[in-house]
Amino acid sequence: MALVVPGVRPVRRRAVRRRGTFTPLILLAPAMLWLTVFFVVPTFSLASQSLQTGDIDNGFVFAWEFQNYASALGRYWPQFLRSLLYAGTATVITLLLGFPLAWFMAHRSGKFKTMLLVLVIAPFFTNFLIRTLAWQVILTDQGWVSNVFRATGITGVLHWLGMVPNDSLMGSPFAVIAGLAYNFLPFMVLPLYTSLERLDLRFLDAAGDLYANGWQTFWKVIWPLSLPGVVSGTLLTFIPAAGDYINSKLLGNTQTVMIGQVIDSQFLRVLDYPLAAALSFILMATIIFMVSLYVRAAGTEELV
Amino acid sequence: MATNREPEFNPQLAAFARSAITRRTALGGLAAVAATGFLAACGTPGKAPTASAGASKTPLSAPDLSDTEKVVNWSNWPAYMDVDGNKHPTLDAFAKETGIKVNYNEDYNDNDEFFAKVRPLLEGGQDTGRDLWCSTDWMVARMIRLGYLQPLDKTNIPNAANLEPTLANVEFDPGRVYSLPWQSIFAGIGYNPKSTGGRKITTMDQLLHDATLKGKVTLLTEMRDTVGLVLMEQGKKLDSFTAEDFAAALAVIQEAKDAGQIKAFTGNDFRDPLVKGDTAACVGWTGDFVQAKVDNPSVGYALPETGFTMSSDNLVIPAMAQHKKNAEKLINYYYDPKVMAEVVAYVNYVGPVVGLKDILLKSDPAMANNELIFPTAETLARGQVFRSLTVEEETSFNRQFQALVTG
Repeated sequence: MALVVPGVRPVRRRAVRRRGTFTPLILLAPAMLWLTVFFVVPTFSLASQSLQTGDIDNGFVFAWEFQNYASALGRYWPQFLRSLLYAGTATVITLLLGFPLAWFMAHRSGKFKTMLLVLVIAPFFTNFLIRTLAWQVILTDQGWVSNVFRATGITGVLHWLGMVPNDSLMGSPFAVIAGLAYNFLPFMVLPLYTSLERLDLRFLDAAGDLYANGWQTFWKVIWPLSLPGVVSGTLLTFIPAAGDYINSKLLGNTQTVMIGQVIDSQFLRVLDYPLAAALSFILMATIIFMVSLYVRAAGTEELV
Repeated sequence: MATNREPEFNPQLAAFARSAITRRTALGGLAAVAATGFLAACGTPGKAPTASAGASKTPLSAPDLSDTEKVVNWSNWPAYMDVDGNKHPTLDAFAKETGIKVNYNEDYNDNDEFFAKVRPLLEGGQDTGRDLWCSTDWMVARMIRLGYLQPLDKTNIPNAANLEPTLANVEFDPGRVYSLPWQSIFAGIGYNPKSTGGRKITTMDQLLHDATLKGKVTLLTEMRDTVGLVLMEQGKKLDSFTAEDFAAALAVIQEAKDAGQIKAFTGNDFRDPLVKGDTAACVGWTGDFVQAKVDNPSVGYALPETGFTMSSDNLVIPAMAQHKKNAEKLINYYYDPKVMAEVVAYVNYVGPVVGLKDILLKSDPAMANNELIFPTAETLARGQVFRSLTVEEETSFNRQFQALVTG
């Protein structure tokens, strides 16, 4: 079984094993401690809270209150569906926008490659909130974007699609999805870029030699080879987008409420901690379920 | 072939696998039991689960360091203090006069968010790092109930005698033991004629049903203001409405929301869209309307004929505050009408002390004659205060209102 690679000296196993007994554990410890204190314990505490009953004046008591989950789903399933729908749409948009961009950066940008990469990351130098607020200015009623959209009839089409409520772009599903797509675009582009950059361009020549046309080359060669990037990009976009509430709060209207806003209002305003915890757990479970289905369907467990 | 099958028929291996599985299952079971115990241990037992809800709890106090540490830590709302460049002249004058430095933080953005931030500390009997903050009436009521506030020592605040008589006896704090108002606030209706087609919007009915405003209306996230205005328009009194009245008023707003009339529920952020015209008309607070009018003189406002809501933000000293006496001195300083006049001249809300108008008539007559800052007796008569809610009502109303806001 041992594969002999010329030029590589055989490893002296004994020495490695002796040294390696504790080192990995010690190196792992900070991360494990961090995860335990800031993830495992809070998750348990949240799980516990989601099964409690009570109120702020009399305290909350643990009581296996599964009713919290029933009422969370019963009352707020439309917001759940809406969140998944918006996040899904935004993910598809970022993929459609990000793929050509990543391809261009990886193989066509020449000496501008580094500069383009910096430009993709540049928005992160500004605060997330500021970036979202900027969209309020971009989409404002009397701004040129609104005027151009109105003049070219795009606003009419969007209205017909139910993406805007009237002749303004702000305060609409359109604005929320646009905001989500914009804010998470770098999360899509960067993994795609890494995937595509590693792609050996000689495969394309080979495809040409075998009489594949452009579409076939893309679908049979480029796409499968970029799948790891596509999968991690879509996950990095979809997961935070589904739980996001800033975009919907700042760019949406009262009909675009996403589940993050509901959790926020239950935690902070109604002070119904158990219901809020149950909502958080349902969101987590839904996302884990969908992601595992997706990863399995994409058949890329070992590639991610 | 044979070598491939061998493991399947190896009894030793099978036994080992079985034992491994059993051990794993057992460990898993053990972990599950431990996790369950942990879940149950996570409950937060109430301070007094058997005490009748609404009974006040005794606040904790810390040793007062005022004499040795000449500081006050004050958390206040943004844009709620006079400003000159990046300084606050009245705060600087206070430091000069008393030698007490005020650490002024504008980190009180929202009653609920602030409550969420300080609750764990107060509940644990710990210092919040703050000596003074500014809570709205209903939040003061809740904090008194939970034992989060300390009674004010009025001997350190002789100027409290200047308090506007109408504010001296409030339902949630009789005799003003725990709180003194900082500014009073009226909620009314504002509109931008450019976006309303030049029409004035003066009633909630127009706001909620006028088809030309569709999708360009904002209401406040502050339940008492938004629902209060509708309640009054339906002829109910804010000091005596019932749960049915509340539900009926909510239904009207829900209907408008479902029809796509309402763009958003906002906090202070209603102002910019109104100035720009993205919002055609909205429910908002008077001080911000005055500011909006400065930015865009065409903005109009109305205090509805059927009545408008009145409330106050109140200075309170939290439990375990380290510099209570300094905080009281600071309150005393601002209860000097001359000082308060400077604040009012900047923030444009309604000051809580007597004699402000005479001072401003000399320094800034236009402001002194602004009906939103110094309302006439006739206007004031239309103002109503949202009644105190019981704990059950507060939970139930909040739940209904938030179901509407996030529905």
